Amino acid sequence: MKNIKSIESLSEHNYKLSNSVKNLLDIDQLETNDLDTIFTLTEIIDSFLTNNDKKTSLLKGKTIVTLFYESSTRTRVSFEEAGKLLGADVINMSGNGTSIDKGESLLNTCLTLQSAHTDLIIVRHPHSGAPYFMSKHLSKTKIINAGDGWHAHPTQALIDLYTAKQSYDDLKGLKLVIVGDILHSRVARSDILGFQKLGVNVSLCAPKSLLPTTLLDKSTSDASDPYNTVSVEYDLEKALDNADIVMPLRIQQERLGEVSGFPSLREYSSRFQINDKTLKFAKPNAIVMHPGPMNEGVEISSEIAHSDRSQIENQVRYGVAIRMSLLYLMLIGGDFND
Amino acid sequence: MTKSSIGIKNVRIIDPYNNIDNVLDILIENGKITNIAEDIFSQSGNSNLVVIDGTDKILSPGFIDLHTHLRDPGEEHKETIETGMRAAAKGGFTTICSMPNTNPPVDNSTTVKYILDESNKFELIQVLPIGCVTKGRKGMQISEMWDLKNAGCVGFSDDGDPIYNSEIMQTALQYSEHLGLPVINHCEDTQLSKHSAVNEGKISNRLGLSGWPNQAEDIMIARDIELAKKYGGHLHIAHASTSRSVELINDAKNLGVNITAEVTPHHLTMTDSWLLGHQKDTDVFASLGSEAYDSNLKVNPPLRTKTDIYSLLTGLKEGIIDAIATDHAPHALQDKITTLDDAAYGINGLETAFTLLASLYHQNMLDIVDIINRLTLGAANVISNSIERPKGIKKGELADIVLLDLNSDFTIIGKDFISKSKLTPLEGMTLKGKVILTLAKGSIVYEENNN
Repeated sequence: MKNIKSIESLSEHNYKLSNSVKNLLDIDQLETNDLDTIFTLTEIIDSFLTNNDKKTSLLKGKTIVTLFYESSTRTRVSFEEAGKLLGADVINMSGNGTSIDKGESLLNTCLTLQSAHTDLIIVRHPHSGAPYFMSKHLSKTKIINAGDGWHAHPTQALIDLYTAKQSYDDLKGLKLVIVGDILHSRVARSDILGFQKLGVNVSLCAPKSLLPTTLLDKSTSDASDPYNTVSVEYDLEKALDNADIVMPLRIQQERLGEVSGFPSLREYSSRFQINDKTLKFAKPNAIVMHPGPMNEGVEISSEIAHSDRSQIENQVRYGVAIRMSLLYLMLIGGDFND
Repeated sequence: MTKSSIGIKNVRIIDPYNNIDNVLDILIENGKITNIAEDIFSQSGNSNLVVIDGTDKILSPGFIDLHTHLRDPGEEHKETIETGMRAAAKGGFTTICSMPNTNPPVDNSTTVKYILDESNKFELIQVLPIGCVTKGRKGMQISEMWDLKNAGCVGFSDDGDPIYNSEIMQTALQYSEHLGLPVINHCEDTQLSKHSAVNEGKISNRLGLSGWPNQAEDIMIARDIELAKKYGGHLHIAHASTSRSVELINDAKNLGVNITAEVTPHHLTMTDSWLLGHQKDTDVFASLGSEAYDSNLKVNPPLRTKTDIYSLLTGLKEGIIDAIATDHAPHALQDKITTLDDAAYGINGLETAFTLLASLYHQNMLDIVDIINRLTLGAANVISNSIERPKGIKKGELADIVLLDLNSDFTIIGKDFISKSKLTPLEGMTLKGKVILTLAKGSIVYEENNN
């Protein structure tokens, strides 16, 4: 790590992302060197946060709006905290009490925020692709995708990659097993892209009805399709064999609808829960991650969630530093011209 | 409107009605075709006559669109009968069948009369109304189909929605048998399609979208075939989009079921991979392009895959699919400029249909004779019990023709559309092939340079 005295003095160093990263829509936009930059900065910032040297004015005068059309605890709080620690003005917006309630369209809400000099919008939306739609219509205001439908959650993927890298020096060749509701999971989709980029073998485990059908059809293949190299195993014990990283996901009942192929959480947990018994099939030192929110007793037992195998609290902790790094890089870092 | 006098020299006339495919000259006087022969204009007598050089161009009978949404009455901000007719004329169509999902829906004689009266005001092209299968398009009780036929309807459909209830479909087919008019079903098992914006497959997964599987279409086509086999009637499949649909329709035809089908130009030329937002039709999964999730690509049924396209093309060539129909579905800007999930289904079809089909010709995927056949004779056969068979390009008849240029560039610009709907996923694309001139009932209804 470079000799950096405070978060404030980051501005003396030339950290920046590739020019193509004007908006962060998904992790597929980030090159390996962008990931390195983000992780380097995250490590620096996290060490200062840990030493309680938190507040800076690096983003003084910048306006950030968190525009959340879906509920959130972790993502929203950590983005707000990240912006405030960096000295930006952070405005939180949701449906309640705004013109979204009065039927204002997403387009007009975004154009309004742009006209009101917003530098960056952090958006969460139930519709996949909403941030792509916004990016087509906003020229001045930048966008970070904080989760769109089932599609992507790039900052969560960055957190998951960073957390894994804290436990393993090199992720190349490791085995990640994602268990649960892959079909409806934007975290899974971004993690699959991100972990594969760093050479991790990704394996998925779930009932067929919670997996994208495309994974079950290997009849056509395209070299550029990241899902070609993902393996699928329906038996949890077999799936966990030789696993280094285990990631159970919440069953997204709000997206399952009324008539779905999902009988009950009770039956599901009896076959797919990560607990003391099932985790024995993974490597002895395998870590457990969960993007949250957890339903303890369903996809993960409380004992494992709060054991020393669990990295779940660390994921939340790194979430703040990851998001501070990104906000800094997207609002300041890219301005360097050398 | 004044009847036109025009000469076209050295033009390839393709007329499926009269089985003509020849390079000839044609003379139209006061709207009537007075001569078709070689070298009519070599010793020019009439110096006032405009003679168009038809070299390398094609003259076809006016196109028939079996599937046009005119939005009028009720949603005149999206399209009116007049703007729809003018857009159709620009696309080379001289007859269009208007879909009944208006407000009020076309489930009563008064609304049929309104459409006919309104369209007759303009002396442009012919509008043939399609009536609802069920009252209010609600799927509960069949409409007064006899009355609707008497008022001028040429077929029945609840298009936009399927005829979901099998018993209603049975009754509708039985009435169809009495009336000799087709029941046109929009085949969609809505529980399986989940009203999704895209085809189910690799693309829907990559984009994190719920998918509309082929099976949602195939299952209902199979049901309808079984019903038509037992109860008779004329079953017409609207906008077939899947490989399996072609097999099902072929099998049904071989069994003697009275079944016809149509396919749209967009289902023949665009795939779900366009939604990845790269250069059109490139399958790059690694990262999404900036144009990903283009809501102008949201159609119902959704854009499918290349495999489906090849099957549909085979179906067209072999006559399993009878007609090409646009499913022109105009929308206002605000209906489309939103997220893919919120956007309305539908594409502007009339003014780009021929250009898209010409692109298939240029890729050697479809012969021009087949394209013209399915836009004229093939479509006419579907509604043959309610219209007089078109006379085609024949001496003594009023000119109902379209002059086509297969080889000139056409850059698609939404704001130049005559339709009120100005959005298209083809925006800015330059393709070869365009309509130069359309005559309906002997009058010019579209001329390239006059618009």
